[in-house]
Amino acid sequence: MEIILALSIGALASSGVWLLLRSRTYQVLIGLSLLSYAVNLFIFAMGRVQTGAPPILKSNVPGDLARFTDPVPQALVLTAIVITFAMTALLLVVLLAARGLSRNDHVDGRGSGS
Amino acid sequence: MPSNETLLLAAIVVPFLGSLVASLLPTNARNAEAWLAGAIALSLALAFSLAYPAIVDGKIVRSEIEWVPSAGLSFVLRLDGFAWVMALLITGVGFLVFLYARYYMSPEDPVPRFFSYLLAFMGSMLGVVLSGNLIQLVFFWELTSFLSFLLIGYWQHDAGARAGARIALTVTASGGLCLFAGVLVLGHIVGSYDLDRVLAAGDVIRAHALYLPALILVVIGALTKSAQIPFHFWLPRAMVAPTPVSAYLHSATMVKLGVFLLVRMWPAMAGTDYWLWIVGSAGLVTFVTAAFFAMFQNDLKGVLAYSTISHLGLITLLLGLDTQLATVAAIFHLMNHATFKASLFMAAGIIDHETGTRDIRRLSGLYQFMPVTATLAMVAAAAMAGVPLLNGFLSKEMFFAETIATHDGSLVDAALPYIATLAAMFSVAYSLRFIRDVFFGPPPTKLTRTPKEPPHWMRFPIELLVVVCLVVGIVPNITIGPFLNVAVASVLGPGAPKFDLAIWHGFTLPFVMSVLALIGGVVVYALLRTYGLDSISRPRRAKAEQTLGDRVGAGARALLGVVGTRRLQPQLRVLVCVAFIAGLLPLAGQSLWPDTLNLTRIDVAFALVWIIGILCALATAHQAKFHRLAALILMSGAGLATCITFIYLSAPDLALTQLLVEVVTMVLILLGLRWLPKRLDEGLLKTDSSMLMRRYVDFSIALVVGAGLALVAFAVMTRPPPPDGIAQHFLERAYTEGGGHNVVNVILVDFRGFDTLGEITVLCIVALSVFALLRRFRPALESIPVPEQKRVQEAFDIDHPDRQPGETIADYLLIPSVIMRLLFPVIGTIGIYLFLRGHDYPGGGFVAGLTLAVAIILQYMAAGAVWVEDRIRVFPLRWMAVGFLFALTAGVGAWAAGYPFLTSQAFDLHLPLIGDVHLSSVLLFDLGVLAIVLGATVLILIALAHQSIRTHRKPKSAVGATEGAG
Repeated sequence: MEIILALSIGALASSGVWLLLRSRTYQVLIGLSLLSYAVNLFIFAMGRVQTGAPPILKSNVPGDLARFTDPVPQALVLTAIVITFAMTALLLVVLLAARGLSRNDHVDGRGSGS
Repeated sequence: MPSNETLLLAAIVVPFLGSLVASLLPTNARNAEAWLAGAIALSLALAFSLAYPAIVDGKIVRSEIEWVPSAGLSFVLRLDGFAWVMALLITGVGFLVFLYARYYMSPEDPVPRFFSYLLAFMGSMLGVVLSGNLIQLVFFWELTSFLSFLLIGYWQHDAGARAGARIALTVTASGGLCLFAGVLVLGHIVGSYDLDRVLAAGDVIRAHALYLPALILVVIGALTKSAQIPFHFWLPRAMVAPTPVSAYLHSATMVKLGVFLLVRMWPAMAGTDYWLWIVGSAGLVTFVTAAFFAMFQNDLKGVLAYSTISHLGLITLLLGLDTQLATVAAIFHLMNHATFKASLFMAAGIIDHETGTRDIRRLSGLYQFMPVTATLAMVAAAAMAGVPLLNGFLSKEMFFAETIATHDGSLVDAALPYIATLAAMFSVAYSLRFIRDVFFGPPPTKLTRTPKEPPHWMRFPIELLVVVCLVVGIVPNITIGPFLNVAVASVLGPGAPKFDLAIWHGFTLPFVMSVLALIGGVVVYALLRTYGLDSISRPRRAKAEQTLGDRVGAGARALLGVVGTRRLQPQLRVLVCVAFIAGLLPLAGQSLWPDTLNLTRIDVAFALVWIIGILCALATAHQAKFHRLAALILMSGAGLATCITFIYLSAPDLALTQLLVEVVTMVLILLGLRWLPKRLDEGLLKTDSSMLMRRYVDFSIALVVGAGLALVAFAVMTRPPPPDGIAQHFLERAYTEGGGHNVVNVILVDFRGFDTLGEITVLCIVALSVFALLRRFRPALESIPVPEQKRVQEAFDIDHPDRQPGETIADYLLIPSVIMRLLFPVIGTIGIYLFLRGHDYPGGGFVAGLTLAVAIILQYMAAGAVWVEDRIRVFPLRWMAVGFLFALTAGVGAWAAGYPFLTSQAFDLHLPLIGDVHLSSVLLFDLGVLAIVLGATVLILIALAHQSIRTHRKPKSAVGATEGAG
């Protein structure tokens, strides 16, 4: 399990960083989203992986880490997901405005390149 | 009469309030501005006069407001004799300058800005002289530098004004930073920044190992502000400022701050050889050199500027001589200089105003056109030259007496009287030139208009100041004597020396020096006239300073060109690399591999999910350049894999949120793609070697970052959780203290509610930014026409006579859209359900808000914006506001109960029919979260969706056209 999750974090991050460094605005937008997946999963993984132990307390069961998974990274990631959406929206709108103003979709608004 | 403490506070606050009011008055309100500023200055001056009894005999008025008590810092206002004299000078001269400025400024000038700056400047000046805390003093000190910058550059359209302002700010503000450093050292030595404690600790300071660094830093601050060589060059270039500014800031008050500081710190820092040599030599060199340069200036204000530098040098020299009597003379000359120099500047301004030039070579014989102004200027210039019966004579004679006295017996000390007399000759010569060349001789021929006397009230300030020069010069003991005593006593303490202000001390050596200087000055002037002044004027010097400034600017730009870039890609590349290295550093020297490797069993289904997920991610990276839609779909594949991971690994809340965010993100980007025109095909782009090289580098970076992240994640996951982590804390207390079973939700709305409040605030800000950006959105030219699909559908209707136009579009995806409409109440109910159970089961404000947003968005997708808005009114902005209000109320409510912000409050109510109801303030908070998430999401998506029903102007077309819908 751990290996799979680690590999997928790596793959998402690599794809995200690659796109982040590209020259087209849309590539940067998608890259940032992929990188967000990777980072969210990474933070989530810091709480260790456990199946079938959601942090929903049950009556008469003491709350302790052996029975429930770590809730703190989950709380962090939950808001991060929503903020990611807002950030994507902002970047998208900036991207569209830049396309309208500069008449091309290069990140610097001019010229071409890789 | 209000108490003196109130007066001190008012002296700082009222000018700044006045500044605010002044800035709001209409552009042409010269009279209102002058009334406002003049009334403030005059009433403060009167208030200070009335406070005189409180500061005689060395008494001090103190007013203290706690600021950062933990750091021992207080906001202290402190009025002693010296500060009182300075405050009176600032407000008194301020009043006269405001009056003068009313007539000097032309109706075309934007006067609100001018008076607003001037009032703020007066407030900061009073702040400096009344500060009883050194850090506070530095703050106001820098504020004066900044306002001086604004005032010098007041005529913003003039490049010379901008350059002069820049140089002044660079020099004085850097000096202020040095002063700040020096003050910090002093505070370190004394253990307090309180002025009274620092002044009382003179012996400790002088004996401390850090005395010399502190002294040098403080003195640099003083020398830059008072334009002493080698920092003098900013002052002549500041003469581009309007003349009231020159009279007020650059002769009477702000440039005096340097010597004010030296006087202020005299009890604490003077009395060593370092002081004598550093301060004394700076003063001496400046005094002589600037007087020499002043003789060759052709600009009236240039003469006055160099003369100001020279007189400030004289004061600095006196302070450097480091005897009590010299300090008395310094304070006295400080006051005298303000009166005659301010009046001379104003006279120069009148000449400029009436003739249109300040060039001495073009002016002559003005006496017959403006005899009153000429007479006034002559008296003031005579005071500057040190002619008997005027105030300048008295302080200059005290100065001569001090130069004769022996200080350390060195060669310089022995030569001092001769050097002083020589410099005094220069000063007589330039005063003479100022008068002789401008007011006498044949009538001017090179003028564009005939000069005449100015309006009476413009001349009034000069008249008043000249009267002061005369009165002080003739009967010093009964006019200035008591005030000088008060000022001196506050600096030197009770042991202040007796001094005699009489105009006639007998035929003494200082008197002989004065006479010699007067005669010598006339001779020097005659020689200069004979051998031509213009030939040795010094334009080259100004040019050298200009090119130095240019060179510094060019160097900075070149450096920026080497180390910086405006291109995004290199910046991001550096950012990623730095982030990677920063993440790597803490791992140095540690093994990532765990001691015992206990892996959980691999689930085949999970592995399959991620095989697809990883393939999706890689394919997205490959496709994002030319196939945007494909990339988007592939990206959502990776997103779904993430979502499944959350479900699988016990995070139902995250899975719900991720799924909903996937949906809204997808809608968002699809809406955006409508405005992103097609890209050229691959074949049309050429690739060269540098491009390939960049790709290899980026590929390596991406690979390394991904591998590193995977490795760290693996290393952490295979280790047992730390025993002392905070997870246990939350798990144990979620129900007992938070009252909820869903620990994640309890953390969000209760334990870490303040964080959540911050996050929803960010959400609001982003949504509003998106909304604002879209209001003026101009899409790409190619994307403005109707999209291809719509065109095809419409063409189909036209080709088929049996169909109505628009029928195909209306029928498009008919069955799904019916289902979507039907789903509205269902999804809405689910959203409310998710919200209500959020505290105990997966759900909560975030998830519910997103769910409701999806319900609304689906309606837009099914039927279009027009149809939806005909039927339901959507007010996302109001929802956001209400949500924010709820969240804040939940937080503030805790105050009412006497708890800290956002402490959760629970209530048990018994309602008829319903029964017992458990209510908690976190429910209100979570409701706020819901409303904000819903409002922000809907606002963003609707604003983007509305672009399609808006008529768009072409990019970069006519400005100022009306707004479209949205």
